[in-house]
Amino acid sequence: MTKDLLAISDLSGEEITLILDTAEAMREIGERPIKKVPTLRGKTVVNLFYEPSTRTRTSFEIAEKRLSADTLNVAVSMSSVLKGETLADTAMNIEAMAPDMIVLRHPSSGAGHLLARLCRSRIINAGDGMHEHPTQALLDAFTIREHKGRIEGLKITIVGDLLHSRVLRSNIALLTKLGADVCVCGPRTLIPVGLDRHGVTVSTAVDEAVAGADVIMMLRIQQERMHGAFFPSAREYFNTFGMTVARIARARPDVIIMHPGPMNRGVEIASDVADGPYSVILEQVANGVAVRMAVLYLLAGGAEASD
Amino acid sequence: MKLLKGGRVVDPVNGRNGVFDVLIDGDRIVKVGRDLPVDTGTMVVEIPSAFVVCPGLIDIHVHLREPGQEHKETVATGAAAAVAGGFTAIACMPNTDPVNDNAGVTQYILKKAAEANLARVYPIGAVSRGQKGEQLADIAELTEAGCVALTDDGRPVATALLMRRALEYASMFNVPVIDHCEDQTLKGEGVAHEGYQASALGLRGIPGEAESIMALRDISLAELTGGVVHIAHMSARQTLDAVRYGKSRGARVTCEVTPHHFVLTDDMLASPEPYDTNVKMNPPLREAADRDAMVQGLADGSVDVVATDHAPHHYDEKRVEFDRAPFGITGLETAVSLCLDRLVHAGTISIVRLVELLSVNPARILRLSGGSLSEGAPADVTILAPDLQVTVSVARMRSKSRNTPFDGWSLRGGVAATIVGGRTVYVNEEAGSWAQGLGLRA
Repeated sequence: MTKDLLAISDLSGEEITLILDTAEAMREIGERPIKKVPTLRGKTVVNLFYEPSTRTRTSFEIAEKRLSADTLNVAVSMSSVLKGETLADTAMNIEAMAPDMIVLRHPSSGAGHLLARLCRSRIINAGDGMHEHPTQALLDAFTIREHKGRIEGLKITIVGDLLHSRVLRSNIALLTKLGADVCVCGPRTLIPVGLDRHGVTVSTAVDEAVAGADVIMMLRIQQERMHGAFFPSAREYFNTFGMTVARIARARPDVIIMHPGPMNRGVEIASDVADGPYSVILEQVANGVAVRMAVLYLLAGGAEASD
Repeated sequence: MKLLKGGRVVDPVNGRNGVFDVLIDGDRIVKVGRDLPVDTGTMVVEIPSAFVVCPGLIDIHVHLREPGQEHKETVATGAAAAVAGGFTAIACMPNTDPVNDNAGVTQYILKKAAEANLARVYPIGAVSRGQKGEQLADIAELTEAGCVALTDDGRPVATALLMRRALEYASMFNVPVIDHCEDQTLKGEGVAHEGYQASALGLRGIPGEAESIMALRDISLAELTGGVVHIAHMSARQTLDAVRYGKSRGARVTCEVTPHHFVLTDDMLASPEPYDTNVKMNPPLREAADRDAMVQGLADGSVDVVATDHAPHHYDEKRVEFDRAPFGITGLETAVSLCLDRLVHAGTISIVRLVELLSVNPARILRLSGGSLSEGAPADVTILAPDLQVTVSVARMRSKSRNTPFDGWSLRGGVAATIVGGRTVYVNEEAGSWAQGLGLRA
């Protein structure tokens, strides 16, 4: 494994498979009455979050605690950053206290790269701007594999805000690396330049995009994009791209519906889809803990690190 | 008197390209010819025959940061960087703090330049008061105080109406308006060229059209008004097309390209160092097709000037997240080597054309006294060592800032010495011991 996990491109296909296989074993720990192993005892992990996050921060923290790491949450609001310390200075101060790993969530793309250049600690990217969110893609792959037994050859359709989504970038990198047939779909105003050069099919017609899909993954539409700049209204978005029971009927009968959360019900996804039989959205959340345990364990050195 | 003997003189204005002697008396060139007789008392400087003696290079796009941001650069450190880069004269942008929109700031810069006594420094005044794009600056006062051009560089003139009036008003004083072309609405919060790399890295994009749309607007306004517009730091192939279109119609338009835009592409965003803030500049590095178009424009004569857009920033300011870092890189001390290596040795342009781009045309566009080795002209001379192997080293640079993506680059061609007003202000010791006769005087 590399020193840091900043992007899916840091991982080979074999390493991705190793993480997913390791996560299987980690999940079993979460099913025990005493959900704790001593694997990372004596290791210090700092969760450095510059953006509000409930799901990801909680998931990392539970994963760290189940592995017996000493964890510390540092939540920094960007408004205090504007008048205060730079990311580099904060990082070097934390680094001076010799943590083993820093889990970073930050609104700027590439923030993890800056930290990795300045720190000896291992850096895990928990979402950087519009760039990547690698552990989300890993837990998505874990969830898909659990249901379908494989990634290769599956038709996976991703629908939503393709321009601003770090989940999309990580998922494209991972799923194409493992041989999936990836189709991405969204309004023309939210499709980044050159997306077709990443080995995916790009579509603006959601009914065609979901036809025959094994997996449909919805991406969140940010509130601030809903008022005219990228598309006219939330209502029009839902009518044109929202995932409804009628649309799902075009996919394969055993399709699974995914969403990285938090959801906008009635905007990108209908409630009866989110809560319906095809939805694996809460499984994704559950699997997130196991996958992050696997990442923490393997980055810390795998078997060498455990006692 | 001083006789520069044995070098290859490249002086396009006077049609010279060969071995000539250049006789300097005090601050003037008094005679250029073959095998000039040597009077007693004349110091003879034997120039290696591989060296090029040319009119002093002029960089018409430099940010000196003084007054206001002296931690990045001062007039003195910028002038020192200039002469080390072979430039005998530089024109400095008005986006200081306070803005150079009044004679007081202009005079302050000129005073600092006189104290530094290295390169000639020509201030450029603001088009609008405070560079706010609302009302014209006191242009008569600025030109009277010594400003050689007007620009709101870095903050483009947003409205066509104000740009029209600026072109009209400036034409009374025979100064061009230098145009930083950028449609702010199209640029949005962009930090890099809108292309594959920015998309993959999750960086907000700036399309080439953000530049070309305003270039087309202002070329049209130059036609409307008869004013003179100079398009700064052109980066997009669409902008070059716009300039060609304007020139073909007889509009009074000229343009410049920076070394980084004819050498680098947006691939630098990802490699060798992902999110390196030293490849963040405005306009951004664009795609290979744009870079190649700039090279083509330099070769075919569409581009008039190479200018550096020297934009020093303190390393603390650059050691931040990519989207929070300031735009800009230094350029004064790398330009000549990049031009020689990537344009001349690459076979794209001749050394004569290089001297046109770096000296003749800059002087012509800003109506400066340099640009030739004419008898009677000020003795501003740059001596180039076209085959000198140069390794770029930020540690050795004279600029106060070190924000360049070229550190460690190995390039063929450099500066041997710089003479301003007959006074040797820079000698490159790595170019050999020949220059001792020049008598470097600080």
